[in-house]
Amino acid sequence: MSTSIAQLVRAHPFTAGLDDRYVALIEGCSRNVAFAPGDLLCREGESADTFYLLRRGFVSIDVHAPGRAPIVIETVGPGSVVGWSWLVAPYRWTFDVRAKDPVGAVAVDGACLRQKVLDDPALGYALLSRVTAELLARLQATRMRLLDLYGGPGEH
Amino acid sequence: MTPIAHRVIAKRRETNDVVTLCLEPVDGPRMDFLPGQFNMLSALGVGEVAISLSGAPSELGPLRHSVRDVGAVSRALCQRELGDVVGVRGPFGTDWRVTSRGDDERDTVVVAGGIGLAPLRGAVGELVAARAEGGGRVFVLVGARDPSQIVFGEDLAAWARDGATVLVSVDRPSSQWHGHVGLVTTLLADAGFDPVNTRALLCGPEIMMRFTARALVDLGVDAEQILVSLERNMQCGLGWCGHCQLGSLLLCRDGPVVPYAGIVDGLMNERER
Repeated sequence: MSTSIAQLVRAHPFTAGLDDRYVALIEGCSRNVAFAPGDLLCREGESADTFYLLRRGFVSIDVHAPGRAPIVIETVGPGSVVGWSWLVAPYRWTFDVRAKDPVGAVAVDGACLRQKVLDDPALGYALLSRVTAELLARLQATRMRLLDLYGGPGEH
Repeated sequence: MTPIAHRVIAKRRETNDVVTLCLEPVDGPRMDFLPGQFNMLSALGVGEVAISLSGAPSELGPLRHSVRDVGAVSRALCQRELGDVVGVRGPFGTDWRVTSRGDDERDTVVVAGGIGLAPLRGAVGELVAARAEGGGRVFVLVGARDPSQIVFGEDLAAWARDGATVLVSVDRPSSQWHGHVGLVTTLLADAGFDPVNTRALLCGPEIMMRFTARALVDLGVDAEQILVSLERNMQCGLGWCGHCQLGSLLLCRDGPVVPYAGIVDGLMNERER
């Protein structure tokens, strides 16, 4: 039995507690997508008009470097949001994002939402608060990694 | 308590600074112990240090201790060779409260950071055996600095083959690493355990345990079902000298395995002056 885009959007933690009319707006800007392992969801430097609500499988956030395999910064899994650059000018992807597994996601048209936010600032606040929560979690985790907790006592 | 002479009968290098010593008593039977407990190991002429037992009670054979080279005594222990004698006092402290019987249907989430997998290794062995007898599901989540620092790789693979969910994440990947990259807590949300029917066993850097416990509670795990392994400066191992005091606890006697809820969650959040 196929699942509607509305069901997929409503099932994702990003829309939890969001006003129904705003969920409907997001649904109207969304499509169901799938990626095979190795597929790029986005490429550094390209126009960032989409963000992804991950439903299934993990992706890696990579930075490419000359003469070597892509360097993995972080892997992100189901329930997470990938892509924030659609919110901040110049709307360009900062890193590559690549599917590690078979990935199922909801691709949301960020450019479409940017236009709707101009008409309804409350929508903008609702989206920003959710993106900020995701950013906060990632920043906290990154700070923890910077502590190098598993290093020996003499290394701190 | 006088140290009992044990001979090194096997030695295995786990990482660049972690060695597992297998010890047999020179005379008499091997001691009984429970997963989570520790011994005071003596490097004769150097000193004594608290090291967790990393074997499972159901594993026949010698005592296993995985030692990280972080000081004079631990370095001396890591430098012991086959046939050398090590002093052993113990076992001391509290345990993880697991058995290999299959009569507990709760899911168990084990979260280990770095060398923190060593005190948990025996418990995981018992839990995987219990699962085969009808016990609850077992989830083993391991964090390490980089792939070269992952301990007990063969055990992780064996537990996965025997039905445990094993997830490993590193802070710094190598070019050959194709697994997860990030903090070990990022593995929790998608691990697949039922938070309402789960207990958790945590061991690793205290900051890691503090944040992991919070993340588990945020996911819906009852704080009273979380156990952590704490350590302080263990010296006598008997609750006499007071060096291992943490609040109202003497960790060599009341720990190292302690319930997170109640006393410890407050202590872990207290800033030391």
